[in-house]
Amino acid sequence: MPGPNFLLEIGVEEIPDWMIQPALDHLRKAFSKLLEDNRLKGKVEWIDATPRRLVLAASGLPKAQKDSVETVSGPPKSAGEGAAQGFARKLGVTVDQLETLSTPKGEYFSFRKKLTGRATAQILSDALPALILSIPWPKTMYWSGKASARFIRPIRWVVALLGSKVVPFEVAGVVSSNVSSGHRRFGKAKVKVSIRKYEEALRANGVLVHAAKRRTRILDGIASLLEGKNLDVKPDPALLETLTYLTEWPTPILGSFDAAYLSLPSEVLVTVMRHHQKYFSLASADGSLAPNFIAVMNVPADPEGLVVAGNERVLRARFNDARFFWESDQKRKMSDRVDSLASVTFQAKLGSYLDKTNRVVELVKQLGGSGQAQRAALLAKCDLTTDMVKEFTDLQGIVGGLYLRAQGESEETAAAVYDHYKPLSMEDTVPGSASGLLLSLADKLDTLRECFRIGMIPSGSRDPFALRRAAQGVVKILLEGKLDIALRPLLGGDAGLEEFFLDRIRYYFREIRGFAYDEVNAVLAAGWDPLPGAESRLLAIRALRPTENFEPLAASFKRISNILQQAAFETGLPYSHDLLEPGPEADLCAAFEGLRVQVASLRSSGDDAGALARIASLRPAVDLFFDKILVNSPDPNVRRNRLALLASLLTEFSSIADFSEIVTS
Amino acid sequence: MDSYQQILFKLKKYWSDRGCIIQEPYDVEVGAGTMCPETFLRVLGPKPYRVAYVQPSRRPADGRYGENPNRLYKHQQLQVILKPAPADVIDQYLGSLEAVGIDLRKHDIKFEEDNWESPTLGAWGIGWQVMLDGLEITQFTYFQQCGGIDLELAPSELTYGLERLSAFLQNRESVYDIEWTPGVRYADVRFADERQFSVYNFEMADIGTLWELFALHEKECQRLIDLFPDYEQKQRFPVLAAYDHVLKCSHLFNLLDSRGAISVTERVGVIGRVRKLAVGTAQLWAAQEAA
Repeated sequence: MPGPNFLLEIGVEEIPDWMIQPALDHLRKAFSKLLEDNRLKGKVEWIDATPRRLVLAASGLPKAQKDSVETVSGPPKSAGEGAAQGFARKLGVTVDQLETLSTPKGEYFSFRKKLTGRATAQILSDALPALILSIPWPKTMYWSGKASARFIRPIRWVVALLGSKVVPFEVAGVVSSNVSSGHRRFGKAKVKVSIRKYEEALRANGVLVHAAKRRTRILDGIASLLEGKNLDVKPDPALLETLTYLTEWPTPILGSFDAAYLSLPSEVLVTVMRHHQKYFSLASADGSLAPNFIAVMNVPADPEGLVVAGNERVLRARFNDARFFWESDQKRKMSDRVDSLASVTFQAKLGSYLDKTNRVVELVKQLGGSGQAQRAALLAKCDLTTDMVKEFTDLQGIVGGLYLRAQGESEETAAAVYDHYKPLSMEDTVPGSASGLLLSLADKLDTLRECFRIGMIPSGSRDPFALRRAAQGVVKILLEGKLDIALRPLLGGDAGLEEFFLDRIRYYFREIRGFAYDEVNAVLAAGWDPLPGAESRLLAIRALRPTENFEPLAASFKRISNILQQAAFETGLPYSHDLLEPGPEADLCAAFEGLRVQVASLRSSGDDAGALARIASLRPAVDLFFDKILVNSPDPNVRRNRLALLASLLTEFSSIADFSEIVTS
Repeated sequence: MDSYQQILFKLKKYWSDRGCIIQEPYDVEVGAGTMCPETFLRVLGPKPYRVAYVQPSRRPADGRYGENPNRLYKHQQLQVILKPAPADVIDQYLGSLEAVGIDLRKHDIKFEEDNWESPTLGAWGIGWQVMLDGLEITQFTYFQQCGGIDLELAPSELTYGLERLSAFLQNRESVYDIEWTPGVRYADVRFADERQFSVYNFEMADIGTLWELFALHEKECQRLIDLFPDYEQKQRFPVLAAYDHVLKCSHLFNLLDSRGAISVTERVGVIGRVRKLAVGTAQLWAAQEAA
């Protein structure tokens, strides 16, 4: 295999780890497009990165574009010799070199211009500076003066090689070369590289270019640290990715802390380790938190144990802080902190957390929350005034719950507060207690209603108050918490908010629960509130859809719906048995009326699947009706009666789903 | 083992050797070294500048009565401004760590994303917190905007947390146990003001007086700003005096905040008032530089 013959390395000061992957994706696409736009063969072999370099390698690039021919058309032949001479002169050729081009509009002078393919190196030299600067970043900076280039962090070197030659260009004041740079402390500042020996040269200078190699080094390192130790590391893929892109040569180390700190809540300890120190926490054989941690260094080894000792000291200070906060926060009970919420901003235009608390207490009451649930609503935000939450903001709610438990509030109240920010994501579970569900629901609904009221409505990627997540949380709580609460009356008649929720509901059913697009449309069109009812109807459709009668019946319903629409028939009119024609029409009516009672009783007992199965059993009667009966009877009374029958049938059964939304094969 | 003050001497010497003016602390209360005119005003405009100084920085709400081993009402920052930022600024910074005796082949350094923003000053920058064996020892920022003005030369700002760095170097669990100079602990020098200012800031400061002082400084600052356009000899105009009043307002705001005296509805408004003065003064300074 020939291997890559092009290499680009953009050397940058430390790029934030979470921005690297999207930047690489863009780089790959942009470079492939560059090749394509310039009719150059070749493909991207790999892209990879460390915090200090974005790298792209491509193979199969030719020396130059293929030569090509471009036909330039000139004046019409009818314009005569003079025009031909003018055309030839403009092209710098003689008239006898011109040819004739026949088109439907007539004959024209033309010239076949030979284009010599440009050298690939030249094309790359011209295009790479703009390509590099086109990488989109969440926030850019300039570093050599106001009008200079912008990038995520200063660009300090660029390697660009085509074969063994440097592709010469300048970007952001940096001239491309074949000189890379090693690890800040374990490599040379200048490392000469070739395409073939690129990885090797960097490895010799303390840099593992490939993220996969660094990831493996972290995981293998952890495994060997824990060998024979009866300790388990909690898998944490997000932290692993962070550390992979925060290091050029990662090495895990095992540290420990005084077991006395284990008397602090494990939530606090884990947050300090995970979020503040980027440590993996460990579990003992019995599953409890162990007094150990794993940190990942950006150096090959810690021979004197200085790094372990340093990290242990930092953690000790952090835990001491946490213990100090825990003890000093207890001096003022949560219930004595409610008034202080007046000086904590919820949102500039929406007042304080005290205002919010009062609204949420009312809403919990309105939703039928118990005394304990209302108590939880009153105390839920008090932990925002504690030093612990000011320091460890991720622990809001959790700390409140822990404090309430320690201060003798009921378990129901404490648990509700502990859980009330849940679900934090689509993967997260909903609160575990009845009070927790109501409190979380009320808190989120209040935020949504208030923000919509003052026009703080998410648009595109702008959603500073995370309202999408809040609405998604409401949907999840209503469904997974099995709360038979009608949502619409809680939205205060705000049409925008209803539409916003409908989007979230569709998203939930489709993306999270995997229901088909048309099933979701059909069910929601028949009504979506309360949500558990819509879910039950969706499950019924999912169960019945593969059966033989379902889709044909759906097709018939669609047909009925079209017929009624074309006739502009007003639904809700009664039909008369006297006008029914014996045979298929009377049979359909009898079948319908027989089913109607059964379906109603099944639905009222919550058996939507049973009801839907009955409806589907109507299919032979419907088929026979359409087969034998002409709806548009010449007798207007008979026709009207038929339409009334079909309309009754459609209305009756459309409360499960609007079958006309079902896409039939 | 170097004492606290020896560490300071070495860092000052290091930056002095790299062309920095060594300034003394600014004599008006500030929340951070960034707020001193040596940074806030000097980063504006087209003139290169290099300066380093230790700045005691007061954050009333961070006071803990001297009871918390890592929290201080007033801590000391070493502030280094390199304008414009040299291309090897990170290497120079790493060299300063070695200058105070940190063998970087035996320690772990990471640059973790941490952008800086001060709404009160209309200022922001891009950068990192520098982690040494898991300890944040420096804030590293490429300034982009100050007083609402885009900076012509992008300066780099290095802010060292001196207590933390020294506790690390001396292997102390509490900042109060740092050896300031042989035989003298940090606590001997600073404990009393930690305790007394916590009492004042949290319990005894008179809210009415603080508001009055705030209004007086605000008025005097605005008066000066308004005089500038018609003042003929621009170079003589006391922009720096106007800026002192901005600092006073900022500190009084912090005091009122730690006293719990600023309600939600007021808060945004008060920040806006300080910002207006900061931005106004920065504009005068830039105009004066250009004149």
